[in-house]
Amino acid sequence: MRIMVDRDRCEGLGMCEAMAHDYFELDDDDTMVVLQENPPESERSHVHAAVQACPVRALTIQG
Amino acid sequence: MNRDGSLLVVGGGLAGLRAVESARAGGWGGRITLAGAEAIEPYDRPPLSKGHLDASVIAREVVPFRTSRQLVDDLDVDVLLGSTAVSLDTAERVVGFEHGREVAFDRLVIATGASPIELPGQADIDGVFGLRTVQDADRIREGLSRATHVVVIGAGFIGSEVASAARKRGLVTTILDSEPVPMTRSVGGEVGSVLLELHRRAGTAVRLGVTVSGFEERDGRVSAVLLDDATRIEADLVVVGIGARPATRWLESSGIRLHERDRGIVCGADLQTSAPGIWAAGDIVHTPDAALDGVLTRTEHWTNAAESGAQAGRNATCDGPGEPFRSIPYFWSDWYGHRIQFVGSHHADAVGVVGDPGPGAFVLYRRGQRVVGALSIDRGGDIMKLRRRILRGGHWDEAMDFARMRYAERPPATV
Repeated sequence: MRIMVDRDRCEGLGMCEAMAHDYFELDDDDTMVVLQENPPESERSHVHAAVQACPVRALTIQG
Repeated sequence: MNRDGSLLVVGGGLAGLRAVESARAGGWGGRITLAGAEAIEPYDRPPLSKGHLDASVIAREVVPFRTSRQLVDDLDVDVLLGSTAVSLDTAERVVGFEHGREVAFDRLVIATGASPIELPGQADIDGVFGLRTVQDADRIREGLSRATHVVVIGAGFIGSEVASAARKRGLVTTILDSEPVPMTRSVGGEVGSVLLELHRRAGTAVRLGVTVSGFEERDGRVSAVLLDDATRIEADLVVVGIGARPATRWLESSGIRLHERDRGIVCGADLQTSAPGIWAAGDIVHTPDAALDGVLTRTEHWTNAAESGAQAGRNATCDGPGEPFRSIPYFWSDWYGHRIQFVGSHHADAVGVVGDPGPGAFVLYRRGQRVVGALSIDRGGDIMKLRRRILRGGHWDEAMDFARMRYAERPPATV
C-alpha cells in the first residue's frame, strides 16, 4: 500500500493529520508531509480514514 | 451480508453521498436509492464561496464527487436528481416527491440539509442573493463581475468569504450585521475582534448592530440597502448570509420530532430520529453532544456532514444497534488570503488569546482545567496539534504554553 498525494489539490487543511498523525503532518510552512509512504497493511483502515477525510480529495491509496 | 430490503437516502449533498458510500462499504447488498433536489449529483460546497467567486480562477463547471454513471456502476445506486421530497409517511414507509413520484423504503436516511434564511422581499429583487447552491454561486460570480458596490448582510463565515472575493476585485465592500459582535454563535463573541481585524486591514467597511429595513431598487435591480436609522448604503450587488434553517418543512406532518427552536431533526446519539428505522445526517441534525453533558447541538460544517453521513449510512444498514456518532468539529474559512481554522467547541468558561488580533493569532477555549477548542489564523501546521490536545482532554496551561511557544517561534510576520 502506497500513499499518493496530488500536490495540485492539497490545500494543507490538515484533516489527514487529524485522522492519522503517524502518517501525515503539516510542517512549519503548512505543507503536508507524508511521514511514511508505505504503511503496513494492518494500518489500511487508519490511512483510508485520512483519505476519506480530505476535503479536497488530494489523497489516494495505491495498492 | 444483508441482501434484503431497500435503503432510501433523501438529500443529494455530501452527507447523503457519504451515507450511500458507507452503506455499501459496510456490506449492504440491498437496493439503494439516492434522491437529491438539485439537478446535479452531490458536489462540494466549500469552494462556492471561495475559488468559485475568484476572478483569477476561470469559471468552470462544478464537477460532482461521482457522476450518475459512477454511482450506478461503482455503488449500484439508483439516482433521482431534481427530486424534491414533499412528504414522509412513517407508517407506510414511503417518501413522496414533487410531481407525484413515491419511493418506498425499509430504511431511510434524511440528509436534506439547510436553506439560507432570506430577508423579506429578497427573492423579488434582482441583484440580491443567498448562497447555498452552485446556481447561487454562479449568479454571485456574475454579479461580482459587473458590480462596483457590494453589500454583504451577515458577518459570518460565508458572508466574510464573499466580502473577501469582492475586495480582491477592488470593489467597494460593506458588511452589515445586526449583532454588536459578530459570530457569537459559531465561535463565541470574544473572537469577533480578532477576526474583524482581517476585514479592517483589507479595507472592508463593517457596520455592526444595524438593522436592514429594506432595499432600494431601480428598474427592478437593487441600488441600495436601507437601514432602519434611514441610512442608505449604495449597492449593485447584495449577498445575504444570515444563517441557514434546516430544510424540514416537508417533515412537519410526518410526526418525526423536530427541534422547537429551528425545526432541525432531533436524533439520538446514533443519529436515529424519533421514528424507528429512520436516521438523519448533516446540517439538519441535532444530536446530544457528549462533551456538553448531552446538550442537543446542530453543526453546519463540511466534516460534520461527511462524518455524520457515513455514520448514519452504517447505522441504517447494520444489524443491531448502531454506534454513537462522535466527531470533533473542524472548519476552515479563507479571508483575504488568510486561513482561519477552528477545531473543537466554543462553549467555554473562558477564552485565551495568544498574539495580536489578526494574522498569526491563536484563540483557545477553556472549560475547567481543560482546553476544549482552538481557533487560529494562518497556522495550519499548529491547529491539528491543538486538536490532538483537545481530543485527549489536554490541560489548559499546557495548550496555552504550546500556543505561546509557537507564536514566539513563528511570529506573525513569518506566517
